[in-house]
Amino acid sequence: MVDDQKRGNVRRLLADYLGMAIALVLLIAVFGLSTNHFFTLTTFRTIANQIPDITIAAVGMTFVLIIAGIDLSVGSIMALAGAVLGIALINWSLPLPLAVIACLLVGLACGAANGLIIIRWALPSFIVTLGMLEAARGAAYLVTDSRTVYIGGPVEVVTETAVLGLSLPFILAIAIVAVGQLVLSRTVFGRYLIAIGTNEEAVRLSGIDPRPYKLAVFVLAGLLAAVAAVIQTARMSSANPNTGIGFELQVIAAVVIGGTSLMGGRGSVVSSFFGVLIIAVLGAGLAQVGAQEYTKRLITGCVIVAAVILDQYRHRMRRTPQAG
Amino acid sequence: MDSITDRLLAATGITKAFPGVRALQEVDFELRAGEVHALVGENGAGKSTLTRIIAGLEASDSGRMLLAGQVYQPKSRTSAEAHGVRMVMQELNLVGTLTVAENIFIERLPSRLGFIRYRKLNDAAREAMAKVGLTDVDPATPVGSLGVGRQQMVEIAAGLSHRCRILALDEPTASLTDSEVELLFTQIRRLKAEGVGIIYISHRIEEVLSIADRVTVLRDGKVVGTQTTGEIGPETVIRMMVGRDLGQECLAPSGGRGPVALRAVGLTRGDRVRDVSFEAYRGEILGIAGLMGSGRTETMRAIFGADAPEAGAIYLHGGGEPARIRRPRDAVRQGIALLTEDRKEQGLFLSLPVRANISITRLRALSRLGWIDAARERRVACDHAESLGIKCWSVEQTAGQLSGGNQQKVVIAKWLYRDCDVLIFDEPTRGIDVGAKFEIYRMLADLATQGKAILFISSDLKELMAICNRILVMSAGKVAGTFARSDWSEERIMAAAFSEYVKTPGGMRADG
Repeated sequence: MVDDQKRGNVRRLLADYLGMAIALVLLIAVFGLSTNHFFTLTTFRTIANQIPDITIAAVGMTFVLIIAGIDLSVGSIMALAGAVLGIALINWSLPLPLAVIACLLVGLACGAANGLIIIRWALPSFIVTLGMLEAARGAAYLVTDSRTVYIGGPVEVVTETAVLGLSLPFILAIAIVAVGQLVLSRTVFGRYLIAIGTNEEAVRLSGIDPRPYKLAVFVLAGLLAAVAAVIQTARMSSANPNTGIGFELQVIAAVVIGGTSLMGGRGSVVSSFFGVLIIAVLGAGLAQVGAQEYTKRLITGCVIVAAVILDQYRHRMRRTPQAG
Repeated sequence: MDSITDRLLAATGITKAFPGVRALQEVDFELRAGEVHALVGENGAGKSTLTRIIAGLEASDSGRMLLAGQVYQPKSRTSAEAHGVRMVMQELNLVGTLTVAENIFIERLPSRLGFIRYRKLNDAAREAMAKVGLTDVDPATPVGSLGVGRQQMVEIAAGLSHRCRILALDEPTASLTDSEVELLFTQIRRLKAEGVGIIYISHRIEEVLSIADRVTVLRDGKVVGTQTTGEIGPETVIRMMVGRDLGQECLAPSGGRGPVALRAVGLTRGDRVRDVSFEAYRGEILGIAGLMGSGRTETMRAIFGADAPEAGAIYLHGGGEPARIRRPRDAVRQGIALLTEDRKEQGLFLSLPVRANISITRLRALSRLGWIDAARERRVACDHAESLGIKCWSVEQTAGQLSGGNQQKVVIAKWLYRDCDVLIFDEPTRGIDVGAKFEIYRMLADLATQGKAILFISSDLKELMAICNRILVMSAGKVAGTFARSDWSEERIMAAAFSEYVKTPGGMRADG
């Protein structure tokens, strides 16, 4: 009985992630065969450097999509939080830990503003976060006076710290993915989010007020966007108010490639991480075979749509044998 | 009598299997022109599947059908409709944001240069609606703003507005009042006279016996028998359906009445809930009767905090202070549960496993520091599924894959797990087969005997009279009377249900 259950769990894990893993391995194999310098440490270091910020934002976005919401403001929040980080370090001469706290608080506040407005006036998150996309971007320009704040040394510590050859941001991203997945699949909070995304009215009539949970999800998305801002700022050694334009769409693309449903109620943080990896490997690989930026975007666009179509088939296949 | 031309539809050896289930096995079915042929059987007996095959919504695995002597093999709903075979479904297929008229004529909106001719459309709709007695609804009203019963009338009006040779009606009266049912029957008789063959699916045996010419009873995907209705009584049909006698016993809990569990005083909300006061006691089942739209559901939603009342108070467990209930959460915390009328939209998470549907009401109790104890959750779900007899191969099966009766049991399980003191059941037996109904009656009686207060809304008066200790009757948003077992009769309850409508200037509304 217990064994059966375990076997069932293993099978479900395979069903959930095998497809994504195969896609990723295929992608790596294709690029590895078509160019000589793909299988080098540099390639993998580049990818490992690129993905932590998008991975962390994707964890927040997965939660948002699961409650059938959307957050278009993560790119702008990232720019604003990064700008505050730069100003705090340079203009206010705060030590790094305090500056990071200020940066995270900004992200948290933006997320809270999104969430509060959404639940107070029962508005669609699309509209509210679209407003925040503009507002936070404007605030980022205001804070920096529309100029890039060069920081240098004080913030580079973040990316230069390494444990066992892995950079701090990379480890942090992996940790957040792991915790995010556990929260989603094992906690009361995660279960409520899935239930809200499936049928919010039934949640309410089950005696659970969905509003605090919805608020928490948007706060989390804002906070994680600020964590991404710290990493992004450190990588660039500067805070640029123009940073992260279109970032929200990249994040949504990664999450959707991972099979999280825009209709809510279904999704996985680990799958979103696979989505990030697929986009990153695709980008790096195409660059190495000499593809231009616009070719890369064209192919990435096709991959997004193809992934969602495949996911629908996979989902249908998983559902049918259950009746038997 | 049995000449070829007389046989409008002849289906032989129809077999259909779904993964793991043999829905139909070698079923023969025959429909004559101008005949109402009823299909009865417990849920999952295959009535709907057979009808769906005839109406082209599903393909059979084997078997053949002849329509007026010609081979008939509909590939889709559209192709069946082209042959004049049409089905009115149990589930509402209406677009809530479109108007009643637009819904009725959705596939053939009268238009000029692509612009809808609204006057013509609304006139035609009014005519179609009048046939089913929907005279008090403006055809330009959005369907979503009507109650479930009215929506069903719209659906039926849409079905009746087509010219067809065969019309299948799947549970058409599930949420209709007696007077609406009468209007529907008049229309069915008219179609019959025109030579239309009618397939009629219903759980209400007496209704079937009064409208149908012949009854075919299905059990576990096989035909038990076909009878002419004049020759048999309801007991025979029920025996054929379930293979045993159910009897007309009184099922009301007999443990005696306990203290007051809930007292409503002067509840008011809009014109559906007007100064409603009553008491519900532990250990008894209080029935709530009334016509469609008499404010029964609205009153219960007001008590539960789903729609906060404008005035009035609720006292719980004999307390002297009014309970503070502003949201369902407050109600549940104070021991009130509401099992809503619309279980799919408001009660269940169809795409989630049965396990998650049951545990949701008390997930905190199954967790430590926010982490769910998966093994305990599974055990709780299995225990409840077993004790309520929920038919599923595993609690990991999604709720959407269960039959109506089993879905209802999942909703009951979720609230049993919460262990509330006051349980409000809004039409819990709608669309559920006889066997499952009796199981639910027994569950309600058991709960009352355990000391719970049960409020039971139903449009089926016989059902209320069988299992309630008292019946409260609502009429046009007001309490029209409360009857004890000793002094009620069908006539007195119906008179009370109509009382407020009779007083209204201009006479009764369409309901009456």
